[in-house]
Amino acid sequence: MTAIDNDIEGMAYLDRFPRRLLRLYLPLGLILFFLLFPFYWMATTTFKPDAEMYDYEKYNPFWVAHPTLDHIKKLFFDTDYPQWMYNTVVVSVSATFISIFASVCAAYAIERLRYRGSRYVGMAIFLAYLVPPSILFIPLAAIVFKLGLYDGNLALILTYPTFLIPFCTWLLMGYFRTIPYELEECALIDGASRLQILTKITLPLSVPGLISAGIFAFTLSWNEFIYALTFISSSENKTIPVGAITELVNGDVYHWGALMAAALTGSIPVVILYSFFVEHYVSAMTGAVKE
Amino acid sequence: MTVLAEPTVRRVRESQLSRMLDGRNTLGAMFMLPAAAILLLFLAYPLVLGLWLGMTDTKIGGAGRFIGWNNFSSLAKDTVFWLSVFNTTLYTVVASIIKFALGLYLAVLLNERLPFKSIIRAIVLLPFVVPTVLSAIAFWWIYDSQFSIVSWVLVKLGFIHSYIDFLGDPWNARWSVIVANIWRGVPFVAITLLAGLQTISPSLYEAATLDGASNAQRFRYITLPMLSPIIAVVMTFSVLLTFTDFQLIYTITRGGPINATHLMATLSFQRAITGGNLGEGAAIANAMIPFLVVAILFSYFGLQRRKWQQGGGE
Repeated sequence: MTAIDNDIEGMAYLDRFPRRLLRLYLPLGLILFFLLFPFYWMATTTFKPDAEMYDYEKYNPFWVAHPTLDHIKKLFFDTDYPQWMYNTVVVSVSATFISIFASVCAAYAIERLRYRGSRYVGMAIFLAYLVPPSILFIPLAAIVFKLGLYDGNLALILTYPTFLIPFCTWLLMGYFRTIPYELEECALIDGASRLQILTKITLPLSVPGLISAGIFAFTLSWNEFIYALTFISSSENKTIPVGAITELVNGDVYHWGALMAAALTGSIPVVILYSFFVEHYVSAMTGAVKE
Repeated sequence: MTVLAEPTVRRVRESQLSRMLDGRNTLGAMFMLPAAAILLLFLAYPLVLGLWLGMTDTKIGGAGRFIGWNNFSSLAKDTVFWLSVFNTTLYTVVASIIKFALGLYLAVLLNERLPFKSIIRAIVLLPFVVPTVLSAIAFWWIYDSQFSIVSWVLVKLGFIHSYIDFLGDPWNARWSVIVANIWRGVPFVAITLLAGLQTISPSLYEAATLDGASNAQRFRYITLPMLSPIIAVVMTFSVLLTFTDFQLIYTITRGGPINATHLMATLSFQRAITGGNLGEGAAIANAMIPFLVVAILFSYFGLQRRKWQQGGGE
């Protein structure tokens, strides 16, 4: 990100406070309220006992009168939730590592080795980035089945990179481009091999780019739904989003408390990761669009 | 340094380089191998397989026969399919326009001098970070027919007398999923446009102010034109993601009530996976491709324009 705190409106201090309140703080506050309310509602429902959740006459729905951990307890001990959490972590971490490895190699080759046709491959990678999972999941299901990967973590670990690699490669290509070519030339003259240059010069210099790509890939995998819904059938192999939506609803009985607890606890890991690397996340998101 | 002419220096460097890069084609191929293997097997091949499947009558667990355009001609007579096309278009057009307007507005607000700016920015992005299905579950609960908090507040304030049936009525359900989609999409548009806004030099605004331009004029004649290339790209992504959306609909309504919120993606899932007709589902998915190609071409020209504006170009 470029300088965030540039004062664009150089003469903004001339604005009087009441005017700023009406023009700036009020609309901003309303939008922030709209953006944050579902989380607030998720959190209060998680800690509300059933009696309060379904009784708006006696209790004000915005507050929790008697907070309880029952829903979380139910989620962790009476459902496969811990297993879903474990699967989601395994799948996200593996898919992220595979994608970063493949993307580093590909981006380096396209951007630095400049082999014949690399420009077209770069273009193809960008186009691959635009292919949505919702048109791929049917044929992919057939392939996953034929390869014997159906209903296992491996099905997801191997298919998630299809949307992660194009993104990460595109991002890292931009990053590698900012590293001076001269550094590599010098190393080449000193007799370093390509692999040494990559691991000793290019990669250490692109650590921020690698973190960006990694965080983004991880959150995208954590978020993925349609492949996990299609390729996994048994409860113990599901990921959090799929498990929550398919296993916590018994016929017409919705366990709202447990559902909200799943939504809340399933969001927390990515939110924590995100809050540590917010700058990287934002630059990855905007970088991929701006490239 | 002045003794050697610039072209000579470059030629010497190039010949050294080309010697050192001998075999870079082979090396390049080796480096490309992991990415290429995954993308060819799990992206390019399924893309082609999907086109073929759309022309077969494949069922789950059975081999299919080639039936040409039959799937498409039966879809052409299928009212549910056309309803899904209508829903997809409505969903995409309305949600994208509001996401753009609200996103741009939020970006302009965030670009002001603000206390706790970075914290606010981080909070704004939250809906985009949290897994869509999980936040959609929260919306599902917010839209509950008996315990909707929105209905409760509106009743308490005296605006309505009975609870709104958000997801039970076709049009209510459509607007409800559109609102959830806007909620999820605004942060992406806002933060990306904010990044674009920050690349506009303040001196342009100062010059315009000195020339007597009003706030609205500065926005119209400086902000919008400077921002237009990035707007083109962001909106292409936004439209693409909205058009092919699956998660929100599947979580909140599953296409109901009476198919009123089915998008092409959810209908394709229902026919292919739930219903077992892989061929028909693939045909519906393939019907989305022409729209996607248009969006991609738009993005491509947006990118070209941006390069041209930056004085780049090859």
